[in-house]
Amino acid sequence: MKIITANRLHDGIVVFLSADGWETDINQSAILNAPDAVDAGLATAANAIRNSEIIDVNAIDVSLDENDSPVPVKLRERIRAFGPTVQYGEAARQTLAA
Amino acid sequence: MYRYDEFDKEFVSARVDQFRDQVERRMAGDLSEDEFKPLRLMNGVYLQLHAYMLRVAIPYGTLNSRQMRMLGHIARKYDRGYGHFTTRQNIQFNWPKLLDIPDILDDLATVEMHAIQTSGNCIRNVTTDHFAGVAEDEIADPRVYAEILRQWSTLHPEFIFLPRKFKIAITGAAHDRAAIQVHDIGLQLVRNEDGEIGFSVYVGGGQGRTPMIAKQVREFLPEQDLIAYTEAILRVYNLYGRRDNKYKARIKILVHETGIDVLREDIEAEFKRIRDGVLHLPKADIEAIDSYFAPPQYADLPDHTAMLDEARRADTGFDRWITNNVEAHKIQGHSIVTISLKPAGGPPGDATDRQLEIMADLGEKFSHDELRISHEQNVILPHVETRNLKEIYDILVVEGLAPANAGLITDIIACPGLDYCALANARSIPVAQDLSEHFAKAEREQDIGELKIKISGCINACGHHHVGHIGILGVDRKGEEFYQITLGGSADENTAIGNIIGPGFASEDVVGAVDKIVDTYLDHRETRDESFLATYNRIGQQPFKDALYG
Repeated sequence: MKIITANRLHDGIVVFLSADGWETDINQSAILNAPDAVDAGLATAANAIRNSEIIDVNAIDVSLDENDSPVPVKLRERIRAFGPTVQYGEAARQTLAA
Repeated sequence: MYRYDEFDKEFVSARVDQFRDQVERRMAGDLSEDEFKPLRLMNGVYLQLHAYMLRVAIPYGTLNSRQMRMLGHIARKYDRGYGHFTTRQNIQFNWPKLLDIPDILDDLATVEMHAIQTSGNCIRNVTTDHFAGVAEDEIADPRVYAEILRQWSTLHPEFIFLPRKFKIAITGAAHDRAAIQVHDIGLQLVRNEDGEIGFSVYVGGGQGRTPMIAKQVREFLPEQDLIAYTEAILRVYNLYGRRDNKYKARIKILVHETGIDVLREDIEAEFKRIRDGVLHLPKADIEAIDSYFAPPQYADLPDHTAMLDEARRADTGFDRWITNNVEAHKIQGHSIVTISLKPAGGPPGDATDRQLEIMADLGEKFSHDELRISHEQNVILPHVETRNLKEIYDILVVEGLAPANAGLITDIIACPGLDYCALANARSIPVAQDLSEHFAKAEREQDIGELKIKISGCINACGHHHVGHIGILGVDRKGEEFYQITLGGSADENTAIGNIIGPGFASEDVVGAVDKIVDTYLDHRETRDESFLATYNRIGQQPFKDALYG
């Protein structure tokens, strides 16, 4: 089971291929179960690269959680999908101050 | 401080315009990513896990208040309200939009800053002692020579596409605070028998997957030959350095495979050929650069140390901060302050936009408008009047900038690790946070004394784990984060690469393992003054192995 992910060219933000295009929410990802579907997703991504929409495309393994939401198998991809595991900036400072 | 001349201004401004055009062409599809990537890297722009990352150069770690304030402005306007100081005295912003970066570079240029030589296979930002110019033990200010090297290396057409990146560090004192022996070239200012200033030159040091300590290639290099000799080293490296394998492309591999004696012959031959040419540094040119680094007009002050006694007795936190974060200054009545960016449980080296501006204000008001960044990811106020220390401390406390831990076990160096970095295999920041929380109790931390923990999230060793007294390297073991521990590393004048103590530890076991190591040290030290490193060097690995695996 895979999804297609990339970074958006203009701001670098992580995006996922959905039925309607590229979304920042992994829950909108198109779940690709068959090799043909992955190939088709990668072909869509290749087109988006040519159109200067995205860079750094990968098809990554996911599993589904109890809500049927995709969760990347690898920690690296989970961090990409859900953000740093640590607080940063003002939130981190306030936590420390508390 | 060095101020841009007309050439610098025009060059930096032209580079911003050039990059703006490159970004526009990239967005329009006129440049592919393969074509654009080397161009963005030449301007400090990486693609990391979550977004682009912009690494801004802070040459030799020196900046003024306007520049520090600009970093706060950039953090607030273009990023997510913070920046991360690096182990090469630079700052990284983790969330800039590519489309904003030309504007960021424009803003930086208004305060004579840029992101050049922070990436790519070029001569990188030259680093040096964060106490340069104010340290009591210094022979001369190493920033003068760092700036000379910057002027020589920036845009040097021969060295823009080296086999790999190339890092130079300089220390002006015998006590090395710049880790020169783990750099491609390490320069130590020395005096010869006639009292003339020159350099002891080291070559081929580095960390990464193949850590090596630099070898001395020349015992004494006259200061006027600095550029000629450096160019000779670079030319030999450029000629013979491997380009077929990026993992073997650093000069340390060339030194290792060729041998320092053979390489020295090549370098000396090239040096002999060019030393009396245009690269010879006239005394007047050195003095011209030196004048930029002239000391500020210090007030004629008595030694106020005794004046602090009452305040120290009244405030144990202040007392501890003075003990750990304040160093002797070469001018009476003055002190060097280290602002620790290592709060217990915090991400090492991070500062919020407000904190950046507060530090800028402190630099302006109390430190002759000058600040430094240390390779240990802290900020330095180099010119503080001792009588102002309490006022500064009280401000730092309010702003969360007063951890009294400089040089202690919670003053941890850590790379961004897998939370941000596209190269990392494991997280570094949470490990540092767990450790700093665990060891934050003041009495115990003070009792442990000087102990440097350094954490890297991958073998590239940006967190300097190889030279940590306790080094921690994150690895990926079958999809799980695992941490290998090394002991006995050091980055000072007695540089040593740490030894792997044994099998690694799961992330949840790292704190316990370090705790056992520390307890073993405390049990075995002969006196309270015997440091962790001294004890380790005396008793060796076995007691630590027994404690960890026995």
